[in-house]
Amino acid sequence: MQPSDGFLVLLEGDFVPPSTESFNSRPLFPSDGWIQCHAHGEAIPAHCADFVPTWTDAWLTNHVAQAVIATLVVIGFWLFVAHNHKIVPGKRQFIGEWVYDFVRNGVSKDILGHEFRKYTPYLVALFSFILVNNLFGEFFVFMFPTFSKIGFAYGLALCTFVLYNAVGIRKYGFGKYIKKMVLPPGVPWYVTWLIIPLEVLSNFIVRPFTLALRLFANLFAGHLVILVFVLGGTWLLEQKDNWFYNLSGAVSIAFSFAIFALEIFIGALQAYIFTVLTAQYVHSAIAEEH
Amino acid sequence: MKPAMLPLEGLGPLLPEHISELVVGVALFGIIWFVVATKIMPIFEKTYTARTEAISGGLEKAEIAQQQASAALEEYQAQLATARAEAAKIREDAKAQAGEIAAEMKAQATAESQRLIETAKAQIEADRSQVMRSLRKEIGGLATELAGKIVGESLEDDQRAKRSVDRFLDELEAQSADAK
Repeated sequence: MQPSDGFLVLLEGDFVPPSTESFNSRPLFPSDGWIQCHAHGEAIPAHCADFVPTWTDAWLTNHVAQAVIATLVVIGFWLFVAHNHKIVPGKRQFIGEWVYDFVRNGVSKDILGHEFRKYTPYLVALFSFILVNNLFGEFFVFMFPTFSKIGFAYGLALCTFVLYNAVGIRKYGFGKYIKKMVLPPGVPWYVTWLIIPLEVLSNFIVRPFTLALRLFANLFAGHLVILVFVLGGTWLLEQKDNWFYNLSGAVSIAFSFAIFALEIFIGALQAYIFTVLTAQYVHSAIAEEH
Repeated sequence: MKPAMLPLEGLGPLLPEHISELVVGVALFGIIWFVVATKIMPIFEKTYTARTEAISGGLEKAEIAQQQASAALEEYQAQLATARAEAAKIREDAKAQAGEIAAEMKAQATAESQRLIETAKAQIEADRSQVMRSLRKEIGGLATELAGKIVGESLEDDQRAKRSVDRFLDELEAQSADAK
């Protein structure tokens, strides 16, 4: 890692501030080449400019592993709360119904109306998968929100993009669906040249990208802020013979707890927003009236 | 650090570090979707259906029970009203009967007393006439005898003496009747 020119570095010199590189994945079974090119505190060999990660370096990373674990947690949770259901729920079933109802009634039924049953599993899966991965950013073991790796966010946005277009095409047929999506009814003929490009841009490009970027950017920024407060605070706390640095470090560590709380909230909120927008897009694709 | 394999390199963190993220993310999400759609959702929806049925069944039962209860209440009220009317009628009858009985008793008592009075009067009359008869007999003899002694002559002529005594007594009687 290159020492950056952040102002903290100017203060003392040996501090490496968190950057986008703090978000790089580590292979679980790094190849020799990877180890050579990612050695800390040593001069990076020249051939590393052409370094191409091996298959295992790229696919078996800590972040992929944490996504797999999140999946197991989500599936485990749902199997746990869906086990042995009774008409009068116990504590376990009650918690499960609380989460399930939140998505089923609060999002799916609310937005999709009588067609909600078809899409509820997708929305429940989406919400729980994003929520658990976001909360991984604030809790021990991982301390890293999976969706601050944009590839995961692109993946989910792609799924939603495919879903809402697929259900729209299935319902109306390709031509009619495209016409419905690019030209809202009641638009006068003389502005169609303006409306059609705008609608194409909004419905087929902006929607999936904003979906991915909103999720990614919130978690990326939040995690970066936490890194700044925790790493910077720790570094300041460790400085000898400078009580002002130490005090600032203590304040910054204390403040990081407030940021953690905020990040838990943002993580839940982003999971909710992604789910609501997905339902909204599906609704706009199948709605009779635009 | 890495070769610029794509012109997208300038995207920075907006470019996935490894394409594996996208593929793995989609695959994992697909697995969760599959599990929720095939296993989890049917269980929850089944519970909801069962619960709705249980609740609506309970409501129906409650409604029937309520109908029965209100029917029973109406019946009881009707019975109560009948019973009240009967009681009032019985009271009226009793009053009427009591009046009748009292009147009857009174009549009986009056009749009885009347009868007693009649009997007493008859008795008195009988006694009186008997007394009168004996008195007349005795007083006549005595008076005649007394008068004979006074006059010194025998008033043997019974017929005449008797007549005058009777006349006298009749007068007396008439006087006493007038005094009454």
